Amino acid sequence: MLKRKDMLGLYETDAEEICEILDTADKMREFLDGKNKKSDLLAGKSLITLFYENSTRTRTSFELAGKYLGANEVNISAAASSVQKGETLIDTGETLDSMKIDFIAIRHPMAGAPRLLAEHVKASVLNGGDGMNEHPTQALLDMLTVRRKFGKIKGLKIAILGDIKHSRVAKSNLFGLKKLGAEVWMYSPETLMPKAIEKLGAKVAKSREEAIEGADAVMGLRIQLERQHGGLFPSLSEYSKFYGVKDELLKYAKKDAVILHPGPVNRGVELTPTLIDGKSSEILEQVTCGVAVRMALLKLLSEYREANL
Amino acid sequence: MKTLIKNGTLVLRDGEKKADILIEDGKISKISANIKADCKVIDAAGKHVLPGFIDMHVHLREPGFEGKEDIESGSKAAVAGGFTQVCCMPNTNPVCDNAVVVSYIKYRQQQVNLCKINPIGAITRGQEGKAMSDIGKMKEAGAVAISDDGKSVADSNVMRLAMEYANGFGIKCLCHCEDANLVDGGVVNEGYNSTLTGLKGSLRAAEDIMIAREIALSESLGIPVHICHVSTYSGVEIIRSAKKRGVKVTAETCPHYFILTDDIITSFDTNTKVNPPVREDKDRKAIIKGLKDGTLDCIVTDHAPHSLKDKQVEYNLAAFGISGIETSFPLSYTYLVKSGQLTLSRLMDLMSYNPATVLNLGGGELKEGAPADITVVDLNEKYVIDSKKFISKGKNTPFNGFEVYGKIICTLVDGIVKYAE
Repeated sequence: MLKRKDMLGLYETDAEEICEILDTADKMREFLDGKNKKSDLLAGKSLITLFYENSTRTRTSFELAGKYLGANEVNISAAASSVQKGETLIDTGETLDSMKIDFIAIRHPMAGAPRLLAEHVKASVLNGGDGMNEHPTQALLDMLTVRRKFGKIKGLKIAILGDIKHSRVAKSNLFGLKKLGAEVWMYSPETLMPKAIEKLGAKVAKSREEAIEGADAVMGLRIQLERQHGGLFPSLSEYSKFYGVKDELLKYAKKDAVILHPGPVNRGVELTPTLIDGKSSEILEQVTCGVAVRMALLKLLSEYREANL
Repeated sequence: MKTLIKNGTLVLRDGEKKADILIEDGKISKISANIKADCKVIDAAGKHVLPGFIDMHVHLREPGFEGKEDIESGSKAAVAGGFTQVCCMPNTNPVCDNAVVVSYIKYRQQQVNLCKINPIGAITRGQEGKAMSDIGKMKEAGAVAISDDGKSVADSNVMRLAMEYANGFGIKCLCHCEDANLVDGGVVNEGYNSTLTGLKGSLRAAEDIMIAREIALSESLGIPVHICHVSTYSGVEIIRSAKKRGVKVTAETCPHYFILTDDIITSFDTNTKVNPPVREDKDRKAIIKGLKDGTLDCIVTDHAPHSLKDKQVEYNLAAFGISGIETSFPLSYTYLVKSGQLTLSRLMDLMSYNPATVLNLGGGELKEGAPADITVVDLNEKYVIDSKKFISKGKNTPFNGFEVYGKIICTLVDGIVKYAE
């Protein structure tokens, strides 16, 4: 049983809960391989995806997770919402709540927005990414992918390379992986490395080689083009030369190491195309695990609601 | 008209003393033991009698933002907080960048007639950092200083010329120090907690660079300058070394900078959002040290009342600021005097005498012949800060639930009781 109404981030979620989510997601992952992907587990429940930022895979993943479990499902995008009429997030939340929604999956460009929403609605809020804060479902799907591959997380070394500073994915992974006993190494240009990340448990590498040395999983993070315009690094080609993950770097990793990326990938920037499409790549498996993790969360949060609300 | 304050403990610049105060025609006419007079008597037995506090940095929001505060509600809150004089910043709508707005504020002060209100004019028209405001006319209308508070004047030459021009009228620039390019949208201190929360951080350097620039201008020109709301340990150090060289710089800080650290932002409570941001423990400690050794001259509140709708939004969208005028004395007393860092006399220098001196306002101490701006407090009673009880329209405080000492019993302005518990 989860200890919370909402899934806002892995910083506040304990190891026991994370394991339960991953165990449940494992079953959902098997379910997704079945022929008939229809359950009535969430029949009569409703899910809204409330996205204030563009997203294809996360949003679709939440939608399908709901649909596979039989929930009613509605999408709101910020462009079509009352946000542009000046409605506050709290007002939007209270309005949705009054429509008897059970789950709100929210993506928002500002850190803390899902928490603010959660404090003002009866519905369970699932954070689909908030600013530079957290993206718990992404980290959980990364962890599920890795755990299914290696059968464990404890003792693994995970290398994360790319724009750490603006990455909610890196942070949620750091929180989750550390709780389950993995070692998390990070490498990026100094302009893309947040202050005091070591105090949160990360090991900051001095080179790509050091980060990847002995790693079980190598994760590239998306470099957003606007960061270049913001002067955080000189050019994509320079980034790729000094900070991209090249084929030849993989020799430093463990033999059976996997390549991960939260997507969408800039081919040839964060990762070379051969790595993206190679046999070590679990990038598409991550996508499938994403649906499974979101199904698991909907199930577990639904059980929490039955028991506590 | 006479009033007698009897049996209290007076806090004078050189220490505390049991004595009575006789007030005649709005002035302190006599300080002595056992004064006898046939007039209204305020019994201050068991209480402390302090010089009325002077807050040289508040936002009264009028004209333009009366939903957050107005001159009446702000004045009521001020006297309830023990303040007898406040200086209000010009970031109103319209901006207080001309004599008409200065005169309007003075007129409203006379209507409300609670604490004394000294308007601060904008350095530049519209606080846009380009053309100088009518500094002379504002001074003539009653402005006591100039400031573009809320931002720095980015162009160093505009700042230099404003400092020189204002100096000709004998008034100072009060400098909000913030390099906007470096802040780059930051809303909290950059460090462990900004990384933890994902809230965009702002470096100490964004503040320090501007502190250093204002001091460099002051030193080059030989013109006094005042630094607003210092929040960084490094800023304290820049000011300390400038003072050692004899630069005519004065500086202020606020209770939130010597009490809080950025650990409080992890709640995402928007009442913790303030500019400059609360920083880390080494900053907090350095600010206390700066208050002790005289590097920092004044405690101000930067009273920044906001309505609920300005704060009940995403952290990034929330307005900066803390409603602080009703909590300044109890917090300062509890965290500086009761904790043994400063004497009460020294706190009164920081909250009354020094602000009066920096801005040449007069008053600021209990002495015969001075205006009878007096605050009587009870230092023994412990109570809990509750923003619901604030008189200010702004209930935005991160200090809710803090246990403090130092209850304001009554506040007299020019000998007239303007607040009584």
